[in-house]
Amino acid sequence: MNAYQTIPARESASVDIAVEAKTFAPVAGRPAQAVLRNVALSVASRSFLVITGPSGCGKSTLLNIVAGLDTDYTGHVRFAASDPGIAFIFQTPRLLPWRTVEQNIALPLPEADPRRAAIPELLARVGLSGAETAYPERLSLGMQRRVAIARGFALEPDILLMDEPFVSLDDPTAQSLRTLVVELWQSRPTTVLFVTHDRPEAIRLATRIVRLGQLTDANSTNRMPTSVLADGPIALTEAERRDPSAVRAEQARFFAEP
Amino acid sequence: MSQARKPASPIRLWQSAPGQVGGWQERLVWSVLSLSVLVALWALAAAIAQNRHGPGPLAVLSVVAHEASTGALWVNLGATLARVTVAFIVAMLIGSAIGLALGRNQTADKFFDSWLILILNLPALVIIALSYVWIGPYEGTAILATAINKIPNVAVQMREGARSLSRDLDEMATVYRLGRWKTFQHVTIPQLAPFFAAAARSGLALVWKIVLVVEALGGHAKGVGHQIFTAFQSFDVPMILAYALAFIVVIQIVEIGLLQPMQARLSRWKR
Repeated sequence: MNAYQTIPARESASVDIAVEAKTFAPVAGRPAQAVLRNVALSVASRSFLVITGPSGCGKSTLLNIVAGLDTDYTGHVRFAASDPGIAFIFQTPRLLPWRTVEQNIALPLPEADPRRAAIPELLARVGLSGAETAYPERLSLGMQRRVAIARGFALEPDILLMDEPFVSLDDPTAQSLRTLVVELWQSRPTTVLFVTHDRPEAIRLATRIVRLGQLTDANSTNRMPTSVLADGPIALTEAERRDPSAVRAEQARFFAEP
Repeated sequence: MSQARKPASPIRLWQSAPGQVGGWQERLVWSVLSLSVLVALWALAAAIAQNRHGPGPLAVLSVVAHEASTGALWVNLGATLARVTVAFIVAMLIGSAIGLALGRNQTADKFFDSWLILILNLPALVIIALSYVWIGPYEGTAILATAINKIPNVAVQMREGARSLSRDLDEMATVYRLGRWKTFQHVTIPQLAPFFAAAARSGLALVWKIVLVVEALGGHAKGVGHQIFTAFQSFDVPMILAYALAFIVVIQIVEIGLLQPMQARLSRWKR
């Protein structure tokens, strides 16, 4: 039952990411900026990969590249599936305010798709039963996030991208949504790429953490591009992940400076 | 997608929008009240003035009744309403197309912006006069002259709408592979709808005023504008007011019966 105890073998890679360089074009007097350099990741199928790093280091940019929203980079992103289904749970819910909860979730699915039949059950699991015909703006932010999560999982995607989906929520709400996402991921396995700058959150969720950060160069005063600083598995059980002291210990181990 | 289903259990997470409180009944009471006061003031002013050129409400109403009984009222209202409708639809379609094109294409926008400003500032009278000189006194000329007057207005409002389209939702549509048609239907159109509704409501008022000028100048045999122009030549003020009032009523029926419900439907999702 516990997906955290069955971390799949590395060879069944679901996504192969190799970003050699990503540069932001110069804007209004600001010179061109190197954002990412030599970020190479092979993401195991059905793993929960958390990408962490300081704010503004290029985590979201990396996710946009994987999603195909940003194509202006050198390198490649290759998927194991020939036509991978990709879902993206954004930092803000990005729901259509003029469509009901149910319509928002169903929209990405074709009219007669069998996945539509599973929507009521999914709505019940994310705690939105009874809110099917509500418009998103009449719901709280936490509820809107649940709709966005349901939309992502309803697609039964090969790859599920999440970009700090729990920011600006109070702690209990964020915790319950984390538990919800883990439960959904365990019952509908998919490869997750999850971006956060929140270290306890990373330990709570990840089967593997990739830590991004700026390379340091004593000789240069320029902003240095971001690369992979650390990369390793997190082998806690679900019970340990729910225990704050175990999370703290693992966090101290993983994020210890060499 | 089931649309009309009520929530099974009434979770109190959302409430009815503040704009829905009161509703149309309350608005109706206010309209009736304020219009009654206006008519009373008018009657009072006419009674004090006692002038042939300042008829009271009853005098005007009797002209309306007479014109209605001879059938002239319906013929003229019908002719004008038909022109308004066609010119309005043409202007909304062409104006929207131009506005969307300019809002999405920066180069085109930079180039055509000055054209738009030029036409926007061209007096209605000039457009009307030139249309009749160049094309001739046909039915189509009336429609065209009216539509050209309205098109830049619609284009400017729709351009604003196209510029404000959300990039966030666009990205969402791309990742979730909604495709062109679904994106247009569920993402683009709802964002443009408020701009379209605003253009439509301001457009209706503008179009019918211009149509009257067109009818007066274009020498059309039927139409409210023609009637008013004829009455003007003999200083027949009751006749002018009779036709003006009759047409205001028609336009208000369209506004309340058609445009307002349309706008309410479009914005029912708002908090």
